[in-house]
Amino acid sequence: MTKPKVAFYSSASCGGCEEAVINLDEDLLKVMDAVDIILWPAFFDFKSKDIEALEDGEIAVSFVSGAVRLSEQEEMVKLLRQKSQLVVAFGSCAHLGGIPGLGNLFTRDAIFQRVYKEVPTVENPEGIIPQEQTSLDIGERTLPEFSDTVKTLDQVIPVDYYLPGCPPPPDLIMNAVNAIIEGELPEKGAVLAPDNPLCDTCPRAEERREGVSIQEIKRPHEIKLSPWKCFLEQGIICLGSVTRSGCGERCIKANMPCRGCMGPAKGTVDQGSKAISIIASVLGLEEEEGMTEQDVNKLLDGIVDPAGTFYRFSLPCSLLTRRTME
Amino acid sequence: MRKVTIDPVTRLEGHGKIEIFLDEEGEVERAYFQVPDLRGFEKFCEGRPAEEMPRITQRICGGCSTAHHMASTKALDDLFKVEPTSAAKKIRELMCNAFIAEHHILHFFFLGGPDFIVGPEKPAGERNFMGVIAKAGKEVGGKVIEVRKRLRGVIEAIGGKAIHPVCGLPGGMSKPVTEEERKSFIRAAEYLVEFSVFVALDLWDNIVLKNKEYLDLITGDVYRHRTYYMGLVDDNNKVNFYDGHIRVVDPDGKEFARFKAQEYLDHIREHVEPWTYAKFSYLKNVGWKGFIDGEESGVFRVGPLARLNAADGMATPLAQEYYEKMYEVLGGKPAHNTLAFHWARLIELLYTSERMLELVGDPELTSPEVINIPTEIPLEGMGVVEAPGGTLFHHYETDERGSITGANLIAPVQNNSASICMSTDKAAKSLIHKGKVTDSTLNMIEMAIRAYDPCSA
Repeated sequence: MTKPKVAFYSSASCGGCEEAVINLDEDLLKVMDAVDIILWPAFFDFKSKDIEALEDGEIAVSFVSGAVRLSEQEEMVKLLRQKSQLVVAFGSCAHLGGIPGLGNLFTRDAIFQRVYKEVPTVENPEGIIPQEQTSLDIGERTLPEFSDTVKTLDQVIPVDYYLPGCPPPPDLIMNAVNAIIEGELPEKGAVLAPDNPLCDTCPRAEERREGVSIQEIKRPHEIKLSPWKCFLEQGIICLGSVTRSGCGERCIKANMPCRGCMGPAKGTVDQGSKAISIIASVLGLEEEEGMTEQDVNKLLDGIVDPAGTFYRFSLPCSLLTRRTME
Repeated sequence: MRKVTIDPVTRLEGHGKIEIFLDEEGEVERAYFQVPDLRGFEKFCEGRPAEEMPRITQRICGGCSTAHHMASTKALDDLFKVEPTSAAKKIRELMCNAFIAEHHILHFFFLGGPDFIVGPEKPAGERNFMGVIAKAGKEVGGKVIEVRKRLRGVIEAIGGKAIHPVCGLPGGMSKPVTEEERKSFIRAAEYLVEFSVFVALDLWDNIVLKNKEYLDLITGDVYRHRTYYMGLVDDNNKVNFYDGHIRVVDPDGKEFARFKAQEYLDHIREHVEPWTYAKFSYLKNVGWKGFIDGEESGVFRVGPLARLNAADGMATPLAQEYYEKMYEVLGGKPAHNTLAFHWARLIELLYTSERMLELVGDPELTSPEVINIPTEIPLEGMGVVEAPGGTLFHHYETDERGSITGANLIAPVQNNSASICMSTDKAAKSLIHKGKVTDSTLNMIEMAIRAYDPCSA
């Protein structure tokens, strides 16, 4: 029997998703026995042309990590879609846009301006920026187009399943892989992780009081963080209430608040706006009646960066998507 | 004119493409290494709270997320003008060493090493970690898995996640280390010492050094460039991954510069080309002279061999022995052999194991005093650490609320990017003749890039 063909590809990403797969250790070796890797640039020597040579639908499943920013990435994920029976958006960037999605707070030109002309170490008197085409003495060079907007994978191609997390935790990866191998997948479009929010599984839940109230927003470096107290009760913004569980509470256990990499819990459409409404509902709750508008504004001022805090991983897939272009 | 394309460059973190132009006789006119990827961290960090930088900038590279996390955290110490507690510094250095070890092992057994362990001319389908296990044996494979698991255990215990840890704060760490954790760290460090000597360096000795073909490849001219070298050194000019001075030596090995992170602007500049999204670091005080090596060119290299070249030695005894042996074989210091980056990487691996053992033996490691809360108003801060691939710079400017107004991030791959292009071009010119191009020739060109362990994005 021929083994199912599997591809792994990364677009705009950090490579952490691929390392998370390598870190499956013995489980990875078992998977390797059951499948035939036909593309995984970080670890195997197969090239793009090897994919072009395949029949449509010949790949059983393509795992694609990374948001989509460059034209080359867009072409490659479209090619993989055409050649694959299943496509899994692997990790926060493919799923939600991820950290690179914060690029949507700026224009393409502003990014080029900063990276190639403004940073204090750049010496660029001619104001050169990378071009899609350059004619040199020897040969013509081409570069993929840097798009103005970072997209999630499903904004470019249809996606069958989502594996959340930055990077996805090992048990969720293995559950997904086993489900695919055994053909026991849920309905298309499912996020392959528990549905409930992180607060439900948080190790600090037991100590949490009824009716959290924030009197003053604190930043993680401003106070001595309690190793057991709910972050919200300490005044620290934590996205646990709106974020999908299944991550193993890894950040919380390291005594740092959740930043939302698993994406919205089931039933939440927009992770950021839901987070804003929850934080707003607990701000100053205990002394609400006596508060003036000035007091409220002062409280809100404690949130230095609403967009980058509430939409840390999910800006491209949010209702905001990106900063309005002039 | 004929064009040969390698797309993508594989067993490489990030994205890369090679295009080779051949003349009428089938000789290489020029080979280009291009990076077709950009995300723009230096822009989109603006507006973010400074204290979130360790959790944002680490997403530049998942393979070296701990290094970015640490460089960023050190930049925050500087930004908020707060000295971390003594225990916090030790925990951070331990984390840096565990991480370098874990990544160096990944590189040798999964990324760059398969070219040697399996063989550069073996079929493409075998040149990978599965081929390594087939060649080196299941026992070695099992030990690679075990040692990486234990090292990740150290990073996870300290920082929550092995990929994208979260523990760094200005002035210290988010939580202390427990005595139980420290004991498991001791076992991990002991296991790593054994692994470094009896698995990694033993394989290098037996499979690589005893093979004349490989040794000729390493010491020959195909993979060689005379450049400046940069690396972090301690007070005794020994290699250090977490802290110290940045030292630069010239192509003859003479000290050219020695400076603190805060002085980096006096020494480093970046050049821009229109045909790649990568930028090219060079030494400001030598200048950009194009893609050439030698004293007159500001091109410098970072990473394992560069660190060993830039230092006077290793701070631990066993690593020092192997260090001396390497330079003896390579014919003195500095060594300019790009493929010897692999060798230097394994010597560093041994150093990390010895250094970890020192750090985990210190009872202060479990002190509850892991953070000093900052009280000063931030404006500007710089932080430098050694990532596996080389010296890594983070530089932030903020407003008075600590909101980022300017970020400059120079990753090792940028520092090496001119050398990587030169190495690609030289390997292609040396290996392709009369238009004869085989899969193994192309792989041997990619080997010139893999030696640096770049993460091109």
